[in-house]
Amino acid sequence: MRHLLSAADLDRDGAVHVLDVAEQMAATQRREIKKLPTLRGRTVVNLFFEDSTRTRTSFEAAAKRLSADVINFSAKGSSVSKGESLKDTALTLEAMGADAVVVRHSASGAPHRLAHAGWSRSAVVNAGDGTHEHPTQALLDAYTMRRHLRAAGSGHALGRDLHGVRVVIVGDVLHSRVARSNVLLLHTLGAHVTLVAPPTLLPVGVGTWPCEVSHDLDAALTGGAPDAVMTLRVQAERMTTTGGGFFPSAREYSRRYGLDRRRAALLPEHAIVMHPGPMNRGLEISADAADSARSTIVEQVGNGVAVRMAVLYLLLAGGEPAAPTPGGDS
Amino acid sequence: MSTTLVTGARVLGGEPADLLLRDGLIAEVGPGLAAPEGAEVVRAEGLVALPGLVDLHTHLREPGREDAETVESGSRAAALGGYTAVFAMANTFPVADTAGVVEQVQRLGEQAGWVQVRPVGAVTTGLAGQQLAELGAMADSAAAVRVFSDDGHCVSDAVLMRRALEYVRAFDGVIAQHAQEPRLTEGAQMNEGAVSSVLGLRGWPSVAEEAVIARDVLLADHVGSRLHVCHLSTAGSVEIVRWAKARGVRVTAEVTPHHLLLTDELVRGYDPVYKVNPPLRTQADVEAVREGLADGTIDVVATDHAPHPVEAKDCEWSAAAMGMTGLETALSVVQSTMVDTGLLTWAEVADRMSAAPARIGRLAGQGAPLAAGSPANLVLLDPAARWTVEPERMATAGRNSPFRGTELPGRVVATFFRGRATVLEGRPVHAGGEGERP
Repeated sequence: MRHLLSAADLDRDGAVHVLDVAEQMAATQRREIKKLPTLRGRTVVNLFFEDSTRTRTSFEAAAKRLSADVINFSAKGSSVSKGESLKDTALTLEAMGADAVVVRHSASGAPHRLAHAGWSRSAVVNAGDGTHEHPTQALLDAYTMRRHLRAAGSGHALGRDLHGVRVVIVGDVLHSRVARSNVLLLHTLGAHVTLVAPPTLLPVGVGTWPCEVSHDLDAALTGGAPDAVMTLRVQAERMTTTGGGFFPSAREYSRRYGLDRRRAALLPEHAIVMHPGPMNRGLEISADAADSARSTIVEQVGNGVAVRMAVLYLLLAGGEPAAPTPGGDS
Repeated sequence: MSTTLVTGARVLGGEPADLLLRDGLIAEVGPGLAAPEGAEVVRAEGLVALPGLVDLHTHLREPGREDAETVESGSRAAALGGYTAVFAMANTFPVADTAGVVEQVQRLGEQAGWVQVRPVGAVTTGLAGQQLAELGAMADSAAAVRVFSDDGHCVSDAVLMRRALEYVRAFDGVIAQHAQEPRLTEGAQMNEGAVSSVLGLRGWPSVAEEAVIARDVLLADHVGSRLHVCHLSTAGSVEIVRWAKARGVRVTAEVTPHHLLLTDELVRGYDPVYKVNPPLRTQADVEAVREGLADGTIDVVATDHAPHPVEAKDCEWSAAAMGMTGLETALSVVQSTMVDTGLLTWAEVADRMSAAPARIGRLAGQGAPLAAGSPANLVLLDPAARWTVEPERMATAGRNSPFRGTELPGRVVATFFRGRATVLEGRPVHAGGEGERP
């Protein structure tokens, strides 16, 4: 693995390997001394053109626990906000000796350009690009599902995929990089995904994705017997004309697509409730669903660190690639 | 003026013949012509002779964006591509919306001397879509503008479009519409469909083009005016224009070389060299526009040559400028997609790339048949040659060719503009500039 730009960069064995390494990383995090010497002397740059405290701190924690030097490069307050181009930023980071660049950008495909435009030799990790992808989020979601739904008696799930797991993802798929990465990765791992959203919040072309599509959340929850339900963040301003007018009101959205107490009760006993955060409580998810015993929302955050440790480890110290990475490099 | 004997050229791809060029005109066409005393002889055995190409849609960028292209570099690129006339779009700085600016562009073209540069006038002042520009003043100016376009912007206001169509009838003008419903394409980055859904790039739906074309052909029908549809790109647009022509509407349409060859699959790598407006569409659209060009629904191949400085493309997709260069690759792409596939004969290529655009632009002296008495505007191309596109070796200042690294058939060997060679052996021949023109 040279870069991680899209969940599609991973095939089944490669994805399982990342999850296995993450599980090993998580085990080390239960020790008293959490820090590993693995990436000592390596430099990881967190290049964030969008504010995202939770993703940035997750990557920062992951890199630091592997003993990498971490540079946080935020667009705000830097020359980027004065018009410096992505290319010049990349050249600067290259000159500073970045081994890996973790990039968050509002433009879909910006990490692809960093990886392939010839500006830099660093490994590039996509930490969320526009409305395209967020592959480490999908990995941590898959990791969370595997632990809850596919763990063996001994408690670990090493070597396993998500074959047969049924997942409902509900919300603003159109603007969601989390949904795109999850559909690709969960399909690769053998899960069955159903997207639920009003037609206005699904992209034209969604019919070509490897998943089912529904506009009826109740039917998806009762008929589909899902093992996991993931609610996506919906920005309330999307209902306004300037926001695109995608739905009539927050209240109507919540009634038709919100995961509330009644809907949570429709789920099978073992099913888990997930959310990538940050949540709009009362809009896409009610407080009791978010805080229920079946909710993995807080656990997802912790799993994020282990998964990102695995990704950085495999990119920078992995030596042999875990698996061929189609589309991941040229 | 010089005398040139072109020997053994296959006129419109037919039987070999000689062409005697004298005093800016084709003096004689036929087999076995004798070279007059002092005549230069250009051997054209195996080459196809076509009337000099006419591009109805070029961005020469001057005045204002000389960092992207100048009239000199763009018109030299045109000559190398086999053109003897180009229509220069109005989206310059300042906008070509007054007699003064169109006359300046015309004059710069004459000074360069590579091809005939015909300015296009803006439809609305500043391309702002609010108020008609002084169309009559541009028509009456020394530049005698006949084609008006807000290209890059759609004249989306139906009343304004109606008035523009009506108004230019007074001087036999034509409105060339960039058909793009603005609300449906706010922030649009690429064709809306399967690929955009995966890439997370905001879609530019086909309907945004088709809805405007449908409205405009009905408006043109209603007021009896001429409408020209710029860079039509979708299967639905072809159907609408076909329907309108069958109904007798005075509508013509153009397609670009890139829409004849490329699809939105190329966007998957996020390389902005493939970012263009209207966007690259699907394979079904490519097949439909080829079919439309073959059956005459689409009248013209026009390049929409849009050079940009390197930094406008050396960035992330959404920050990049839209547009591709095209003057030096157009004929090769048309050979590849239309001639080598059996969809068009060379005679039909001469119609789509020379006669029809000259007729639509009311450009006398261009697009005429290769016959005695016609102005000596012609191109000789070697259809058997193959070459690999290297933007750094092109005459255009733009490096944004989507065909970089592509092997294409057909190479322009020579271009004659008003009897004088502007290109020989594939290389530009320095133009005399002022004084050489009739």
